[in-house]
Amino acid sequence: MQQASALNLSARTPFDWVFALLALVGASLTWWGYGGAMDIYEKAILVGSSAALILFGWHWKPVRILSLVVACGSLLAIKLYHGQLPNSEQVFWLKFVLSSQSAVMWMSVLFVMATLTYWLALASRADFAARVGSALTWSAAAMGLVGLMVRWYESYLISPDVGHIPISNLYEVFILFSIITALLYLFYEERYENRQMGAFVLPIISAAVGFLLWYTFDRQANEIQPLVPALQSYWMKIHVPANFIGYGAFSLAAMVALAYLLVQKGWLATRLPRLEVLDDLMYKAIAVGFGFFTLATILGAMWAAEAWGGYWSWDPKETWALIVWLNYAAWLHMRLVKGLRGAVLAWWALVGLFVTLFAFLGVNMFLSGLHSYGTL
Amino acid sequence: MQNRSFISDLHELFSSMRFAISLLTVLAIASVIGTVLKQNEPYPNYVIEFGQFWFGVFKPLGLFDVYHAWWFIAILFFLVLSTSLCLLRHTPLMLREMKSYREKATEESLGHFAHHVRTHSDNPASLLAGMQQYLSGVGYRFRQKTHDNGDTLLAAKSGSVNRLGYVLTHVGIVVICIGGLMDGNLPLQIQQLFGLKHPETRDIPQSEVAASSRLAPANLSFRGDITIPEGATADVIFINAGEGYYVQDLPFSIHLKKFHIEHYPTGQPKMFASDVVVTDPKTGESVSQTITVNHPLIFRGVAIYQASFGDGGSHLHMSAWNLANPQLPPVKVDGDVKSALSFTENGEKYSLEFSDFRPFNIENFDDGPAKDSKVTVLGVLGAATGKHARNLRNTGPSFEYKVRNAEGVAREYNNYMLPVQIEKRWYMVSGMRTSPGEPYRYLHLPLDAENHLDGFMNLRALVDNADARKAIVQQFVSGALPGDAAGDVLRAKLAESAEGVLRIFADGGFDAVAAFLEKNVPEKDREEAATIYLKILEQNVMIAYQMARQQHGQPPVQPSADTIQFVRDSLNAMSDLHYYGAPLYLQLDNFDQVQASGFQLTRSPGKNFVYGGSALLVLGIFAMFYIRERRLWLLVKQDGTALLAMSCNRKTLDFEQEFERHKQELEARLRG
Repeated sequence: MQQASALNLSARTPFDWVFALLALVGASLTWWGYGGAMDIYEKAILVGSSAALILFGWHWKPVRILSLVVACGSLLAIKLYHGQLPNSEQVFWLKFVLSSQSAVMWMSVLFVMATLTYWLALASRADFAARVGSALTWSAAAMGLVGLMVRWYESYLISPDVGHIPISNLYEVFILFSIITALLYLFYEERYENRQMGAFVLPIISAAVGFLLWYTFDRQANEIQPLVPALQSYWMKIHVPANFIGYGAFSLAAMVALAYLLVQKGWLATRLPRLEVLDDLMYKAIAVGFGFFTLATILGAMWAAEAWGGYWSWDPKETWALIVWLNYAAWLHMRLVKGLRGAVLAWWALVGLFVTLFAFLGVNMFLSGLHSYGTL
Repeated sequence: MQNRSFISDLHELFSSMRFAISLLTVLAIASVIGTVLKQNEPYPNYVIEFGQFWFGVFKPLGLFDVYHAWWFIAILFFLVLSTSLCLLRHTPLMLREMKSYREKATEESLGHFAHHVRTHSDNPASLLAGMQQYLSGVGYRFRQKTHDNGDTLLAAKSGSVNRLGYVLTHVGIVVICIGGLMDGNLPLQIQQLFGLKHPETRDIPQSEVAASSRLAPANLSFRGDITIPEGATADVIFINAGEGYYVQDLPFSIHLKKFHIEHYPTGQPKMFASDVVVTDPKTGESVSQTITVNHPLIFRGVAIYQASFGDGGSHLHMSAWNLANPQLPPVKVDGDVKSALSFTENGEKYSLEFSDFRPFNIENFDDGPAKDSKVTVLGVLGAATGKHARNLRNTGPSFEYKVRNAEGVAREYNNYMLPVQIEKRWYMVSGMRTSPGEPYRYLHLPLDAENHLDGFMNLRALVDNADARKAIVQQFVSGALPGDAAGDVLRAKLAESAEGVLRIFADGGFDAVAAFLEKNVPEKDREEAATIYLKILEQNVMIAYQMARQQHGQPPVQPSADTIQFVRDSLNAMSDLHYYGAPLYLQLDNFDQVQASGFQLTRSPGKNFVYGGSALLVLGIFAMFYIRERRLWLLVKQDGTALLAMSCNRKTLDFEQEFERHKQELEARLRG
């Protein structure tokens, strides 16, 4: 039903059409303005991502507003920069709001505030507080996206040959992870008309934010670095986001599983959604994560075939991706074929988070290999 | 019949879900081993790491190449078998399900559905027509059937593609595994098992490798490496195989014209590119192309990748300073990287092995973001650029070599061609380490007033010479105790102790002086004595410096802060040289760089299978998880009883909501 509705043209509102038009205008301007610097694959990605954005916006309405806010913020920042990097220190709005670092800092603050607000809502059963939590999460996601967009632009201001999409190292993908997990959560928050899960999902985003801040203040990892030759490929633009939809969805599922286990023990049972709702949400998150993770791993293999000389090298990162995949494949089989439900699956989803975490971070920290772009 | 039931039991086991899940789990755990234990290292490394005993245990288990071990392949084989059997068993059922509308459902069976509702209609015909219209509006397809007893059944369904998802995913997995198997080295492993092939373990020219360690160009799939120096041609690659390697003959030759490397201003690599000419010797067809990372060249079904780079035998022109006999002038020496020379010094034989050359070195002379300088929130805001400009400098070319003595013990050296400026003074810098894992420890040889090494070398020659030391001390004593004021006794005493200090220093550096002090001076006086000794050393070496200049026809230097610093640096360098461990210091005068490019070559006919299988897998997963198969029945009996029932193969909350919607729709039509 819902799948069909995004494609159903007769059900489109005027705002839907305005949104689609704006997205197309943006894509066309990019094509005519910068097409010369893109290869055929990058053009295909531009067309594909524009179409995906339009359908996504039609499918889930708030994305239209989010996109417009992010577009306006990013364009304003570009205008204020005027092509001059030092403006980030001199123009007030850049220095304190719209430059990439400032936007990311705002994102961090907003995510932490959202976490606290959701907790407050859980403790006080106040619907208003929960609404504020949602609003804060939306704002954080918007600031994070603006931060990434402006960072993309800044990288080209440093030097055209340094410029690249900001999803190339651990610092940048942590921002991506926070945004994607937040959006996945907001999607289900709306679909289930239930804001109580924020108190469980937001902490994992706050943990990512904590890492991001440590990484910034202790390691100065926020500085834009040029791309090593292996990463100079259009594959990065599709492999990395697909992967992080997977990671984000698995994290979401694990946090829901935690809530499930608590409710089953009778803790917070009156404040959290019913077990069936939690179970359903956990399954959906894992199903979404599994689909995108599969896609990401396959895209990664295709990239590896171009960059490393083979689609599969049993490199630690590849192998751990396989382990994560096998883990969730087994989970889904148990649920769908064996009809397993309840605490076992919840525990499994929770353990799955640690397996995923190891594939995401542990491999880079403890194991060496070809995939060493995200070393700490 | 016993046999028959055993086979059917086995079939039952292999096609069972439990078996498949167990295989997934075992596969996951086995995969972990390969990521924790570094794979495909040379065997001696494992012996060092685990000891002979555990090496003996791990090797037969294939733990050093888990992913090609027989048991790992066996797990994969059983996974394919299990998946195939599962497919064979369920596919016909799934396809039948996809086609079927289940029009045979009876009132009784529908009444047992968890989701059903019974109601009454006064106008069955219009209800059916209305519901048909409604259902096609929400994406259902349906069939209507009137039974003999006059009851009418409307059987509808949506999302049947879901069932296809099952088939697609499982076919996808099987196809991927078959593709992977095609690209694996199974044929080679079987030949190895029967002793037809065995890896070469000796380090010999590839042309001398025997046929039993060579693989024919017709080999279905392979993956190996070759390093080609600029201007050279290769027609084989090397495949690493545990204790040795195989030589894979190629159906073409690769000639490297030039290797390019570009850097960002920060010194990070920006581009690696090789200009190659690939020629098929049979047809004479040749392709000229530039290979870069992410842009391989595919020729005759073999993909050629830019994998690494290095030195291809640069020609180095050097001056060798004899450290054992510092009075001798330097000798000219020529050598090529990746080649060795031998020489004899003081009756001992040494070999000199040139290992690498780097045309430049970007180094960070910043002490890094100092720990005490706090990074503030305000400091972080703004553009994501480096706030503190790094003090990056190009220190110019450097080269590495090993000096190996007759016992085979080697030390490694890393010498810079150009003087390096440190705290406003210039030095020739040479790094030394005793094992490859260590960081280099650097020796700093000071440059004299003319910016040459001669000043230091001549000075050291004098300090090392006993007769020269006598002359130095004499000059020192007459300077320190001039005229007749001091007695000859005092003078002799000063001369004796000065000569002593100088001798101890010459023989063993500062450490020897410190040891001497520790042995002969009580602890409370030691610090004072050390200061005096240091002063004596500095003054005598200053005299030696002037003497050395005079001997070599150079004008005397004015005693300035600069000269004093030179003397101090010389003392440090002389002292450090006792730990240098080589009888010579090589100074690079000139070079002709020859680069080499490392290529990885693969032939993987299974790739298209893997990609095709992957496409099926993704389509299948999206069909399975994002499309739900729902069925709806509306039985309208002659007496007006209407029974609505629904089923779904995924019990989710959406389904509950959908059932509610259809129920309400039905009720609305009954009312209206």
